[in-house]
Amino acid sequence: MTARVSFAGRKRSNGVMMGLCMAAAVFGLTWLVIILGTLLWEGFSGLSTAVFTENTPPPGSAGGLLNAIVGSLIMTGLGVVIGTPIGILAGTYMAEYGRHSRLSTVVRFINDILLSAPSIVVGLFIYEVMVIQMGHFSAIAGSVALAVIVIPVVVRTTEDMLLLVPNPLREAASALGMPRHFVIRRIAYRAARAGMITGVLLAIARVSGETAPLLFTALNNQFASTNLNGPMASLPVVIFQFALSPYADWQKLAWTGALIITLAVLTLSILARVVAARTQK
Amino acid sequence: MSESVSAAEIAAARPVSSTQGLKEKITVRNLRFYYGDSLALKGIDLPLYDRKVTAFIGPSGCGKSTLLRVLNRMYDLYPGQRAEGEVLLDGNNILAPKQDVNILRSRVGMVFQKPTPFPMSIYDNIAFGIRLYEKVPKSELDDRIESSLRRAAIWDEVKNKLNASGLSLSGGQQQRLCIARTVAIRPEVILLDEPCSALDPISTAKIEELIDELKSDYTIAIVTHNMQQAARVSENTAFMYLGDLVEFGPTSKIFTSPTDSRTQDYITGRFG
Amino acid sequence: MTEHTVSAFDTELSSLRSTVVEMGGFAEKMVEDATRALVRRDPDLAQTIIAADIRLDNLQREVEERAILTIARRQPMAVDLREIVSAIRVAGDIERIGDLAKNIAKRTVAIGNQFQPPKIVVGVQHMSDLVQEQLKDVLDGYTQHDADVALAVWNRDGDIDALYTSLFRELLTYMMEDPRNIGFCTHLLFSAKNIERIGDHTTNIAETINYLVTGETLGPERPKADKSSFTTVDIAKS
Repeated sequence: MTARVSFAGRKRSNGVMMGLCMAAAVFGLTWLVIILGTLLWEGFSGLSTAVFTENTPPPGSAGGLLNAIVGSLIMTGLGVVIGTPIGILAGTYMAEYGRHSRLSTVVRFINDILLSAPSIVVGLFIYEVMVIQMGHFSAIAGSVALAVIVIPVVVRTTEDMLLLVPNPLREAASALGMPRHFVIRRIAYRAARAGMITGVLLAIARVSGETAPLLFTALNNQFASTNLNGPMASLPVVIFQFALSPYADWQKLAWTGALIITLAVLTLSILARVVAARTQK
Repeated sequence: MSESVSAAEIAAARPVSSTQGLKEKITVRNLRFYYGDSLALKGIDLPLYDRKVTAFIGPSGCGKSTLLRVLNRMYDLYPGQRAEGEVLLDGNNILAPKQDVNILRSRVGMVFQKPTPFPMSIYDNIAFGIRLYEKVPKSELDDRIESSLRRAAIWDEVKNKLNASGLSLSGGQQQRLCIARTVAIRPEVILLDEPCSALDPISTAKIEELIDELKSDYTIAIVTHNMQQAARVSENTAFMYLGDLVEFGPTSKIFTSPTDSRTQDYITGRFG
Repeated sequence: MTEHTVSAFDTELSSLRSTVVEMGGFAEKMVEDATRALVRRDPDLAQTIIAADIRLDNLQREVEERAILTIARRQPMAVDLREIVSAIRVAGDIERIGDLAKNIAKRTVAIGNQFQPPKIVVGVQHMSDLVQEQLKDVLDGYTQHDADVALAVWNRDGDIDALYTSLFRELLTYMMEDPRNIGFCTHLLFSAKNIERIGDHTTNIAETINYLVTGETLGPERPKADKSSFTTVDIAKS
């Protein structure tokens, strides 16, 4: 008899819980939809070929985002080029050579902190060690700042993916008489390849939207520049600057820039998913 | 009326053990093995006869896999594991520090419990090991790969899809691919660590057939939890328990009338 | 010996063993009765033995079927395997003993009330006593897994053979004295031979017990004293 009573009670509380969860999900998704909707609405209306062919204009005149897009590509690319090898090597050390060593534990702990550190801290740090030392803002400092953000992401995914490679596979390779570095390069990397690529893609997605580290390092540039030793424009910084401005056409460009970044990140995320899904098979 | 015959006289009249006069490919002498501070093998003495199959049986954790992993120094991969004593391969102590483990492992191949094909094509899975040791022209490499796959009785199943991933094969095929890979680098000894425990009975039978086939050229050591399998494939059997070698002898003897009561209890399913 | 992890296995083995022991007891009784029927010329008793043999055959079939089932189910090893194989072999020997006792009983019916020389009958009785003792000992050895008892039986078989050889010679003499004796003498001769064969089966069982306990098979060098195959009687002398 008691069992039957509590059954009804369980059903009720289950209903209540489910209701609450659904309400929370709908609430969260609503905002997301509104944000994306606004972005698409505002962004698409400003999209034109001029956006990709002209530099950022002075207030009141027409222009595009060419210098910002080029700057973003250069600095993100450079940041990834600097950060990825360091991240992969560090992750390899932690997963392969120093799996049980003290150093790995320490590095893993610090890496986790770095992974969740506010990016503005990274920006300030690079400002302190590079910009002040060099005496001026520069694209290279911006790239290094982005690299510092890339590293922990790549370290993490590299280590995790290598740890997922079954040990018997390494033993099987060693059992053929392969030296250690051979086993890692030819077998472990190959087995973990898709996961590691996903990690790098996610790192790119992460840094391509970063504003804070660039504000302190690469600053901005009104004109298209490929000089790594000087200030360089980037999409996030331009968006930041234009959005806060009182000029309507600048605000319009900021929306368009935001849309471009969002689409780029979305593409990278989907790409990462596809690569990851291919590993599952 | 003839005189009585005693049991002792009958036993004495029996032919001596058939293992005499065989060449010892590997001789294990007073082998002790440590995982950190814990002693996992407590002084093992054992021969592995040339071109014979030796089976290792015993309950989980008795040290049989550990012993196998000493024979190709697989334990070297892990810090904190060490072996004392002697393991002689053709008379040379492979535990000596000057022994090159990669050369050792090319002479003493190993196949694992779970099939471990490399994440590459069937062709490359075999070619990989060969290229590690020899520079061979493409045509010769093709021949070597075919003969290895034939040797492992899997050629007919894969000959039309050598470029397919090794991972696309079934479990039993993967395991035979791994054996082909081991055979391809022409070892002298093959260690099999529970090679059939993840396979269905048909695949198991194929592997057993293969072991029978391979023993004309290789010295084979196999760890198995399946006692019928040990009885089927091996000439000699070693029963291990709690890090000790309890009994070693001809398989026919071990499985019909073992000497030690612990062996008897284990193989007849009386272990507490 | 400790018990199996799977206790049903123990149950199967012990029931197999007890069935064989039951067969042994039954065969003992048959041999005893067959001898008594022969010596006392009791065709009624002989008829009951002939009828009883079916039961022994059925028990043997049962032992075989259960043994095969156990092998299929448990894949027995070492002592268990020997136990099962021994049960099959011992049951086979006992079944043959039963057949031989039945054959003696049939001959008893055939001889009917014809005169039998007491000396010969005493000889047959004596031989049967020896064989029955052997049979009893060997069955005890099986029940207790005692190889020494079994080996003692194995070594003693020569006595029976020797006794048979002398009986053989005596029967030949009787037959030559008077051709009318040939009929029952032949039956008696075969009966004696049957008893001697029962003795052979007890030594087979002894060998099986030795294998069961030690795992060793006994060699072919068993003491033999049956020289009847080489025995002739010089006709000129008689």
